[in-house]
Amino acid sequence: MLKAFEDAVKEFGVENICKVARTGCIGTCSVGPAVLVDPGDYLYQCVTLENAREIVQKHIVLGEPVKRILYNNEGYFQKQQRLVLRNAGKIDPTRIQDYISVGGYFALAKCLATMTPQGVVDEITNSGLRGRGGAGFPVGQKWSLVARAHNTPKYIVANLDEGDPGVFANRTLAEADPHAIIEGMLIAGYAIGAQKGYIYIRSEYPLAIQTLQKAIAQAKDMNLLGDNILETQHKFDLELRFGAGAFVAGEETAILVSVEGRRAQPRPRPPYPANQGLWTKPTLIQNVESLANAPLIVLNGWAWFKSFGLPNCTGTKCFSLTGEINNPGLIEVPMGITLREIVYDIGGGISNGKKFKSVLVGGPSGGCLPEPLLEAPIDYDSLKKVGAIMGSGGIVVLNENSCMVDTARYFTDFCIEESCGKCTPCRAGLARVKEIFDRITTGEGELNDIDILEKASEYISNASLCGLGQTAPNPILTTLRYFREEYLEHIVDKKCRAGVCFKNEKAEE
Amino acid sequence: MATSDNRRIRLEKVLKEHNYQESALLEILHSAQEIYGYLDRNLLMDIAGSLNLPPSHVYGVTTFYSFFKMRKPGEHIVTACLGTACYVKGVEQIIAAIEKEFNLKRGGSTADGKLSLLFTRCIGACAMAPAIIIDDQVIGKATKEIVISKIKNTLGGIKDETV
Repeated sequence: MLKAFEDAVKEFGVENICKVARTGCIGTCSVGPAVLVDPGDYLYQCVTLENAREIVQKHIVLGEPVKRILYNNEGYFQKQQRLVLRNAGKIDPTRIQDYISVGGYFALAKCLATMTPQGVVDEITNSGLRGRGGAGFPVGQKWSLVARAHNTPKYIVANLDEGDPGVFANRTLAEADPHAIIEGMLIAGYAIGAQKGYIYIRSEYPLAIQTLQKAIAQAKDMNLLGDNILETQHKFDLELRFGAGAFVAGEETAILVSVEGRRAQPRPRPPYPANQGLWTKPTLIQNVESLANAPLIVLNGWAWFKSFGLPNCTGTKCFSLTGEINNPGLIEVPMGITLREIVYDIGGGISNGKKFKSVLVGGPSGGCLPEPLLEAPIDYDSLKKVGAIMGSGGIVVLNENSCMVDTARYFTDFCIEESCGKCTPCRAGLARVKEIFDRITTGEGELNDIDILEKASEYISNASLCGLGQTAPNPILTTLRYFREEYLEHIVDKKCRAGVCFKNEKAEE
Repeated sequence: MATSDNRRIRLEKVLKEHNYQESALLEILHSAQEIYGYLDRNLLMDIAGSLNLPPSHVYGVTTFYSFFKMRKPGEHIVTACLGTACYVKGVEQIIAAIEKEFNLKRGGSTADGKLSLLFTRCIGACAMAPAIIIDDQVIGKATKEIVISKIKNTLGGIKDETV
């Protein structure tokens, strides 16, 4: 495709006014391949090799955009607020010069030249930024805990173990703007006094790994990593660590042991990683999306950052919007936007004229919300209230063809597979829950099962050691809360309204 | 496994690059799997010896992470994504169709060792769901017809670049 454009540009002799560049993901994955023409932000969708010539001829040479294949979904970008993804689709992620030309590494220079480490921590604290990995812990507070810890050396672990199925925000960030992550880590390193960082990335993301490797090498060449960064005393070194397909490794104590090369099993806290993390040294563990916010806050000031989102939940959040929807893709929206705006205005509504049934927010340990809750605003606290979680930002839309009991069973299955097996409530509890689901979905359920499900869920979430077990029952509890009639139908009438359950073999469509 | 094996030399280079450090075990296992295709017991014993770790530790780490394969996979590998978006979009039906067409079970290989059907939890191609990977090629918005014909082409040695 790239070559087709290059050839066309040559053919029409417009090399001097038109540069063909590769770029990271623009976020409109469902209409790929996509091509963006600047100036003017003209986005072409589903471009074919034949279109390439036409676009160059009509748009570049004659100045007439090819309307027929222009991306025709205004709503998709209108309601978005792109801070973290500011450069996605605009710069070539394989060229550090591109990042610098749009103001990259200026924030780092500002820190090193004009700010004290404490000043940087204060800036982040005042911005109100909360951890984007899901739990929403105030980032500034975390930084100051590690900064105050006495033990040295200190470490930073950037969490790119995006294990939630249905989520690809971190992957896109790493593929589209890797230097934003690196700069964020450098700033954090300066603020907390760490000189060594690791990016823990899942091995399922080969392109993201490649892009990051290249970015790290370039940053080293330009003396942005290593000793005497920007001719100051500041040192920072960065390594990649690869996951190997363990969902639980994204948990903050598990990621530490995994970086150390052991089985990714969580341990009880305290001691917290801020005091005893990697090799028992103080460690800052932060999701890459949180880190990518740091350069923006340092550069523009905390007051600017606070102008986005809600007072108690500032800034934006990236969501992977997928499922039975017209415009799936990666979006970034201000905190406080409603689910309805996301599903209908950005997502373009339900595909194939089907009816909306539920929206899953927060990955396998999130909640399944019904239509009335589409009015719920997106922020950590509101989502928790309705039984979902922010999680890593997965939004999957279900239509009437999905069975809610089966969906809850699917997530339970996932959590059983991914449970590390260390604590009993999660390992054994979820297995018992699964047996109940198997009974209900094969017509052997009893009314009593609903009570047992509720009780077991409560025990599992209260007694489990880590976030995996604590949130694993969320899909069960929310489906029981909002879609109880479907459970009753399965148990009493032996009927599945979506036609998913009660089959020995899966239907041949 | 003969130590004069070229693959063993490559592994030794990897071990050396990582300074025989225990903390690099995951990276070393990744490289070993890349070199050998899978991690059998002898190989794990070998790695444990090189890093001066108890074999139980290396075995424990290997079995904990689902990415590491301990059995020899088929010549061609079909990986189905079991992520939420793919599940919602009906990847199960595609899996069932593959099982039926090529007479193999999920997680296993065909009798002639030509084809394996494996799973991944999510490759993050959710907007293109359902996603199926044949060897290294990702097929987005997959249907059972497309997937089966692609697998047949792959098995027949026909190179097919269109997605």
